[in-house]
Amino acid sequence: MSDQAVAVNRGGPTDKTLRIDSWWVEPVVTVGMLSTFLIYTTWAALVNEHYYVAPYLSPFYSPCLSTSCAHVTLGLFDWPLSPAILILWAPAGFRLTCYYYRKAYYRSFWMSPPACAVRDGHAQYSGETRFPLLMQNLHRYFFYAATLVVLFLWWDALLAFRFPTADGGSEFGMGLGTLVLIANAAFLSLYSFSCHSCRHLCGGGLDVLSQSPLRLKLWRQVSRLNENHMLFAWISLVGVMLTDVYVRFISMGYISDVRFF
Amino acid sequence: MASEFTMRVWRGDISGGEFKDYRVEAQEGMVVLDVIHTIQATQAPDLAVRWNCKAGKCGSCSAEINGKPRLMCMTRMNLFESGDTITISPIKTFPLLRDLVTDVSFNYEKAKKIPALKLKAKEADGTRRMYQDDVDRVQEFHKCIECFLCQDVCHVIRDHEDNKPDFAGPRSFVRMASLEMHPLDEEDRRELLKVDAGLGYCNITKCCTEVCPEGIHITDNAIIPLKERVVDAYYDPVVWLMNKLTGK
Repeated sequence: MSDQAVAVNRGGPTDKTLRIDSWWVEPVVTVGMLSTFLIYTTWAALVNEHYYVAPYLSPFYSPCLSTSCAHVTLGLFDWPLSPAILILWAPAGFRLTCYYYRKAYYRSFWMSPPACAVRDGHAQYSGETRFPLLMQNLHRYFFYAATLVVLFLWWDALLAFRFPTADGGSEFGMGLGTLVLIANAAFLSLYSFSCHSCRHLCGGGLDVLSQSPLRLKLWRQVSRLNENHMLFAWISLVGVMLTDVYVRFISMGYISDVRFF
Repeated sequence: MASEFTMRVWRGDISGGEFKDYRVEAQEGMVVLDVIHTIQATQAPDLAVRWNCKAGKCGSCSAEINGKPRLMCMTRMNLFESGDTITISPIKTFPLLRDLVTDVSFNYEKAKKIPALKLKAKEADGTRRMYQDDVDRVQEFHKCIECFLCQDVCHVIRDHEDNKPDFAGPRSFVRMASLEMHPLDEEDRRELLKVDAGLGYCNITKCCTEVCPEGIHITDNAIIPLKERVVDAYYDPVVWLMNKLTGK
């Protein structure tokens, strides 16, 4: 709908916006952050090397399901391409359909709208009523899949305490990488379990919560986490990227892991 | 201490109008609505403005202040620097009647279509009981003062007039959430939400939450939970199968 149409139908000012604050900063920063993540993740997922240095496995390649992996988690079959492709659809789909990220990219990439009380960037709008945006309703299924991945990341964090020895065995130890993997799994868990779909499934879908005390408790806990869902979304996004960078740099010999014991 | 401001106020009706500047002195403690009243009293007695309680509870004095939807009575003048030019315009989503007054009847027409509370049958002792744990969740929605700032800022209807017949807007969703989550209600509004109220049009950009003067978490606590309930009914194959098997 053009400005002219608004003016004819309703009266009042027809400006794109009358806001005088820096409303454009947030979408610009969001585009910058998400684009950086997308470009880096795509490269890291396709490059298919330097994703494992004992005992650390990059989260982009976990769980490693191909028998050709540098560190096999579950060798289900031989996959000729990068094994990251087998699993990254789950966390990618989870973030793509996430209620917070929808706000972020609808505003910043799609300009629908770029900011509150700033005119929508499109003449026509049908929201999430048609394909492909109708598929946003499958968010809960991506939540299930992403939760499985998070469980494997905790397993990797546990394995990060088991360092290889010169005689081919292993010993208990802890390095900075161990802490990095634990922090990554923790941030991703906070993000996953603060999800709106998780909140609904825990108890939000009930009208009479008092009759299900366990679900009421769960719903309250998830609701508390949910208040910070946006914060967890960003921390876990940056965290998972930095975790991959850390593992990759050690694997490439750019840095050495700090071994505490 | 008094400060001087230039107030750029929209003057006109649906056939046209323009911003007019008024130099005004604001005393300490004044809000934007006070300054508008000062203009009315001293410079423009025909300036139309809707107001009532001046306490942020009646929801009448909604306007756009420097382009942001706000209540004039809850916007203090000390937010601005002395000498600033402050733009006051009518809320954009609804047809202008005159100056700062718009016709918000769209919202009442939408409200008429929401089925009222349908109470469950009484218990054996002839009473109905509900517990605080269940009531807490819907209390938040009852804080709504119907200022319609959420409706104003929602781009679905603000920027797309053609969506108005198909989209009820955030205020209606808050009302429907308060009924749908009510522990004693047994009406199912999910079809209404999906089909007639157009819940799918909402793309969760959270502007309604940002402008709500009552601090209601419209998106997180009303709209998204309703979307999830619609998913239960229409888009979740597992829930659909379970309902078929259990005969629900």
